[in-house]
Amino acid sequence: MKSTLLDFEKPIAELEEQIEQLLKQSENSRVDFTGEIRRMQEKLEKLRSEIYQNLSAWQRVQIARHPARPFFLDYVRFFCNDFIELHGDRLFGDDPSMPCGLATIGEFRCAIIGQQKGRDTKENILRNFGCPHPEGYRKALRVMKLAEKFSLPVVCFIDTPGAYPGIGAEERHIAEAIAVNIREMMVLKTPIVAVVIGEGGSGGALGIGVADRVLMLENAYYSVISPEGCAAILWKHRRHAPEAAEALKLDARSLLDLGIIDEIVPEPPGGAHKNPQFAAEKLYSSLLNALRTLTPHPIADILQKRYNKFRRIGIFSWEQNSTSPSPSQ
Amino acid sequence: MAIFKKPVLSVFSGRRRDVPEGLWTKCLGCGELVHNLALEENLQVCPKCGYHFTIGAWERIQLLVDEGSFEEMDEGMVSVDPLKFHGVASYEDKLRSYREKTGLRDAVISGVGRIGGYEVALAVMDFRFLAASLGSVVGEKITKVIERATAERRGVVIISASGGARMYESMLSLMQMAKTSGALALHSQARLPYISVLTNPTMAGVMASYATLGDVILAEPGAMVGFAGPRVIRETTHQELPEGFQTAEFLEKHGLIDHIVPRREMRSFLIRLLSYLMPKRMV
Repeated sequence: MKSTLLDFEKPIAELEEQIEQLLKQSENSRVDFTGEIRRMQEKLEKLRSEIYQNLSAWQRVQIARHPARPFFLDYVRFFCNDFIELHGDRLFGDDPSMPCGLATIGEFRCAIIGQQKGRDTKENILRNFGCPHPEGYRKALRVMKLAEKFSLPVVCFIDTPGAYPGIGAEERHIAEAIAVNIREMMVLKTPIVAVVIGEGGSGGALGIGVADRVLMLENAYYSVISPEGCAAILWKHRRHAPEAAEALKLDARSLLDLGIIDEIVPEPPGGAHKNPQFAAEKLYSSLLNALRTLTPHPIADILQKRYNKFRRIGIFSWEQNSTSPSPSQ
Repeated sequence: MAIFKKPVLSVFSGRRRDVPEGLWTKCLGCGELVHNLALEENLQVCPKCGYHFTIGAWERIQLLVDEGSFEEMDEGMVSVDPLKFHGVASYEDKLRSYREKTGLRDAVISGVGRIGGYEVALAVMDFRFLAASLGSVVGEKITKVIERATAERRGVVIISASGGARMYESMLSLMQMAKTSGALALHSQARLPYISVLTNPTMAGVMASYATLGDVILAEPGAMVGFAGPRVIRETTHQELPEGFQTAEFLEKHGLIDHIVPRREMRSFLIRLLSYLMPKRMV
């Protein structure tokens, strides 16, 4: 895990290395370094909490994209029992960037859907870097309809830089696939829980993101456009991505305040990849809690609440004494 | 996108009668010079090659609805800057300058009216206002007009044109996709018709929500229509894009668009469609 060190973590790594060297020296020497080591360890703790508790939006984006971060299927291995993958959209193909299937989470038999990235180049080519094609969204909808038919709750794991911008994706109407998912999820007669575990890339994320409870991992991000894309358009250069990330308010805390998400799932200091077990346990208990809260309610109530939850999002104002700027009709 | 910055077009056709001689527009389709009066008489469509220029929302409404039947809704709704978004220019400055430039409050005009006697709810996007990007105001106005249509058993017609989500409103903008699509889901469950008309250009977030959810999807000839921008696709895939990629004609061939309808025929085409999808009108 040490192989990919993020820039802002370098001071921590340097201090860790110094401590390690001192420990080695103390083994081979009669001089007592205990006090010195303790002082340095205290300093390390302080540095860690300073850095990890004040992460900027851009630093969180980097953590959300960390190659060692637990992915969808890692969480499935951690806390889902008896995962049965269901392949294909019955229309064109099977999209490996969006595995879907049936699985058991605690006492709940569920349909699960998620975007999957690869750990290395070979895997990333298979998973298309977590960027689904239309087939992924249509497979997801097929599995959601299956869940509706058999009264299984749906759990969606969001982790995509965005839907795939490719020729085939356009020819097979990626926009329509996402739109239909959004519409159908809004009226799907079974509880839906979604969690942003890493990258929540715009429409590609929302295509499996309409849910009764939307959770988000502490260092995940959810944004209408990538910080680089936003910087390229509004600042005229990608190097302004950190400012764009800040302006977009794409971190979990800001989105909770804006009412876009319902709950933040805590991660270990430094991010989920520092202690995947810890991250998985927290996510497991949040998901269980969400499912336990939702499932006892009648589906009509759930649907009404789901509609209202998205219906109320939007901030605008009214102009007094408005005279229409139009010619009279 | 430079082509959309060329002005020349006015929303208010009524004020254009006294255009001085010598005002010509270079057609973006064939490159020929077209006299502005000729262009206006031809509904901003090039008489030589049929290129459809962008037109304003009000001009469009006049072309579609029965005279005197349109009742605007929510005309006083305005965008605010909820995130205090500061890029190179602030969102507030952008809003101010586009309001001055276009005379519009935001990028959509919505309301109810009749088309050929059929009671409809209508929303028309205006690309000249901040590329008709989908923000809280656009999302709310479209949602409200759909909800009213469901309550009053009206058909919905949305004329889309958009560069996509409104970045300045970040996730509030993305969620308008869910909000509008949700309202359409309920409208559809009530077995009421929704006709989506795509005009040049309709892209990204609007395409990935209400624009592609029509019971019938129409488009103007030559309209640029798609999800990802062509530059992004080229950079991501390192492939040459096929000829005519992301045009209305391309998408008709690939099965998304039901019919391509020239601007002059749009109203009569809508009436013909509605006659199949809605109960017989009361005269």
